[in-house]
Amino acid sequence: MQSIISVSGLSKTYASGFQALKKVDLEIRKGEIFALLGPNGAGKTTLINIICGIVNPSTGVVRVDGHDISRDFRAARSRIGLVPQELATDIFETVWKTVTFSRGLFGKPPDGAYVEKVLKDLSLLDKKNNKIMTLSGGMKRRVLIAKALSHEPQVLFLDEPTAGVDVELRRDMWEMVRGLRERGVTIILTTHYIEEAEQMADRIGVINKGEIILVEDKAVLMEKLGKKQLTLHLQSPLKQLPPELAGQPLELSADGEKMIYTFDAQNEQTGVARLLRQLGDLGIEFKDLRTSQSSLEEIFVALVGART
Amino acid sequence: MNTHGIRALYLFEMSRFWRTLFQSIASPVISTSLYFIVFGSAIGSRMARIDGISYGAFIVPGLTMLAILTQSISNASFGIYMPRFSGTIYEVLSAPISALEIVIGYVGAAASKSIILGLIILATARIFVPYEIAHPVWMVGFLVLTAVTFSLFGFIIGLWADGFEKLQLIPMLVITPLTFLGGSFYSINMLPPLWQKITLFNPVVYLISGFRWSFYGAADVSLGVSLGMTLVFLILCLTIVGWIFKTGYRLKA
Ligand SMILES: Nc1ncnc2c1ncn2[C@@H]1O[C@H](COP(=O)(O)OP(=O)(O)O)[C@@H](O)[C@H]1O
Ligand SMILES: [Mg+2]
Repeated sequence: MQSIISVSGLSKTYASGFQALKKVDLEIRKGEIFALLGPNGAGKTTLINIICGIVNPSTGVVRVDGHDISRDFRAARSRIGLVPQELATDIFETVWKTVTFSRGLFGKPPDGAYVEKVLKDLSLLDKKNNKIMTLSGGMKRRVLIAKALSHEPQVLFLDEPTAGVDVELRRDMWEMVRGLRERGVTIILTTHYIEEAEQMADRIGVINKGEIILVEDKAVLMEKLGKKQLTLHLQSPLKQLPPELAGQPLELSADGEKMIYTFDAQNEQTGVARLLRQLGDLGIEFKDLRTSQSSLEEIFVALVGART
Repeated sequence: MNTHGIRALYLFEMSRFWRTLFQSIASPVISTSLYFIVFGSAIGSRMARIDGISYGAFIVPGLTMLAILTQSISNASFGIYMPRFSGTIYEVLSAPISALEIVIGYVGAAASKSIILGLIILATARIFVPYEIAHPVWMVGFLVLTAVTFSLFGFIIGLWADGFEKLQLIPMLVITPLTFLGGSFYSINMLPPLWQKITLFNPVVYLISGFRWSFYGAADVSLGVSLGMTLVFLILCLTIVGWIFKTGYRLKA
């Protein structure tokens, strides 16, 4: 598979002395949707900003479609569109002006029809002559996306695209991302919501404390991470599990008051219904039941723990 | 060469100028007009001629320079400080555009604005005091050179400033005194000998002297020295801007 972005040995130490990236190696494949997942402060924005030319790397090499980001910055940057994490826009300008500005800035000749199409796809066309300061937060984010797409990039970075975004925009954005992928655009998005990575990505990279912990196909990762637990609070404590229930992923808590069943939420046949029937047949009664899914924190702990 | 990029930056900056046309033009024109009325028409009629030039006419080049200097600095410093402040600079930094092209866009726009303004002020002055321009080509040359040089200087201030106070500080603390003491209102030959020497450390003296020469053919310092000193300052500013972009100082973390 051909790489469109190739990061090798990339480190970043900020002027404060803080090391935000530690020897990161990463290959992004042409045409994929890649989700970079990690808690706040993991270094996601730092990594993106270095690739885009906004932050200077300390050491390491980054190539975009074979072009070195510093030696061959024009070729590298003209291929990239960035939707930044922060909502920074020229509030006094109109939507149309700010988007055509972006197109020119990235070295493309004016093309009103194309800009019009971008605005239409983002439901911004009727707002094209509005000043940006009159728009809502969600609309401003659409404008930032339009700016990033204005020069027909091959790679689109979306840094925390859905943080604080309403449901409608989230849905539109995902639709747009899929449409772009169909046209061959590579998309890299960062998030700290695992559901988002799950819904969108072809591959997922996990970053923590400036290190890439793993890069995996989504399907593989979700299988590993998609475990759910069902906890049953029993009416009366049990000394041990009845033999009829043996062979199932079932555990009894130390005090015998809780029964914990682990299952794969991805699976059609979770076995929960059968378990509950069996308990009924055995006359084991419970006063409460609760399901829980491993939180992102737990997943990180597990991942980091497994490595050390 | 990313000409579309330069054009985009230039037009974007100019559009701010047209949008705020009233502040951009009216306020400097009004304040300069007041100077012409007070010093040119009112007091000027009672003042002795300097180098054979009526006082009202004598102060025209200096006052125009004063406006160009302050406007160049404030236009350019504001132009680059605002995107840094609002965060929109990310887009310029991530664009396939070189440092030189960025400077051409921003500084070109700032200089254009102050050149337009300078010409408007000169036209306004003609209403209050009669004057001639002996060397119009040189006059335009000095106007452009000064506008570009001080727009570059303003650009540096806009890059360096980390708050609005600093943005105001340099023009107020440095430029205004240098211009007032740089011979806008008097010939430096009128100063005591010691002060004549000290004044020569003031770069604005050379600008005003050269500019006034292009009007009346008379100058405090020779034309070559005026031109040379202005170019030295221009090159100094270019070097600093070059260094800023090379290191990413205040631009890139
Ligand atoms: N300009 C900076 N100077 C010093 N430290 C910074 C700077 N920018 C980010 N950091 C630090 O680097 C770490 C990674 O930040 P960031 O890349 O924004 O993480 P993420 O996007 O994953 O939340 C954080 O601890 C942050 O405080
Ligand atoms: Mg971030």
